[in-house]
Amino acid sequence: MMRLRRLLLGVVVLTAVPALAAEIPPAERRSGYTFMTSDTKAMQDDDTANPGMLAVMDGEALWNAKAGETNKSCADCHGDASVSMRGVAAHYPAFDKPLGHPVDIEQRIDLCRKDHQKASPFANESRELLALTAFIGKQSRGQPITSGDDEALAPFVARGHELFMQRQGQLNLACTNCHDGNWDKHLAGAPITQGQPNGYPEYRLEWQAMGSLQRRIRSCMTGVRAQAFDFGSPDMVALELYLMSRAHGMAIETPAVRP
Amino acid sequence: MASALVNVPPKAKKGAVIEIRTLMSHIMEPGYRRTAAGDLVPRDIITSFSCRFNGEEIFRADLFPAIAANPFLSFFTVATESGKFEFEWIGDNGFVANASATITVEA
Repeated sequence: MMRLRRLLLGVVVLTAVPALAAEIPPAERRSGYTFMTSDTKAMQDDDTANPGMLAVMDGEALWNAKAGETNKSCADCHGDASVSMRGVAAHYPAFDKPLGHPVDIEQRIDLCRKDHQKASPFANESRELLALTAFIGKQSRGQPITSGDDEALAPFVARGHELFMQRQGQLNLACTNCHDGNWDKHLAGAPITQGQPNGYPEYRLEWQAMGSLQRRIRSCMTGVRAQAFDFGSPDMVALELYLMSRAHGMAIETPAVRP
Repeated sequence: MASALVNVPPKAKKGAVIEIRTLMSHIMEPGYRRTAAGDLVPRDIITSFSCRFNGEEIFRADLFPAIAANPFLSFFTVATESGKFEFEWIGDNGFVANASATITVEA
């Protein structure tokens, strides 16, 4: 009898713990853009004032520049980026069959450099890699995100979801605590956004530079005093993939401007 | 990979006030920051910007360490005749960048 009571008490305590916030329904998904001031919005909207367009211009030059032992440019195989790269950023990270795991655009560029151009890979967050990623990303501007639709990606999306829900760091916070549960509130003076990945690589005024989604995730992880994932690590790509699948249907804004 | 984005209206009516906007790619390192090892990062900024129209200077600006990376400058002028705007950015470590744009002025 005593035992049964304890069990019942356990059930009551368990149900009293508030449930973790659920994933944001499609109709309520909001780009980080909608949280910005009108000045920052104007900066993103005008391609002659958006500093991210400088990276896009650099990326276009790199797209057409011959590189590596094979002396080929991206354009030699892929042709006109406005045709061949349209929609690509909207479905990455994508499953790579030979490798057996998903790769993001940065990794795809470096794989292309290694396999087809026989060139040295670009370093993470290097000016060149950000420029080329921004140029490719811009070709999908306005396209709806479809990442994660590939069935082969299911276990990796699940892993990313697990990481998103997992508490970590000295502050013991999961991504979901802020970005699902409290996105309509503020942290100090700044709005907490939904953490949508639809504008990367983006120009952050705080950074005074372009940065990737991975850089943004790493600064969030440092913020909760957790050990940040390494650039390009399997967990990092899984988290990127989950974030993209969580933003299903949202329009790509690359290169976005964010405060 | 220095690049500039310059926005000049391609056409204007004579006497119209036109806006010229320029965005220059530059890190604008102020010279006050230190590396993790404590060494001062040397200053590397754009120090001067000028705009000439058909050879005559119409706008000039001096830039300082407190100005953000990738300086965006916009200014106004009056369209008087067709011609060419020439822009020049000069900075530390021998930095020089140029851009130009043409305008057609209709009566």
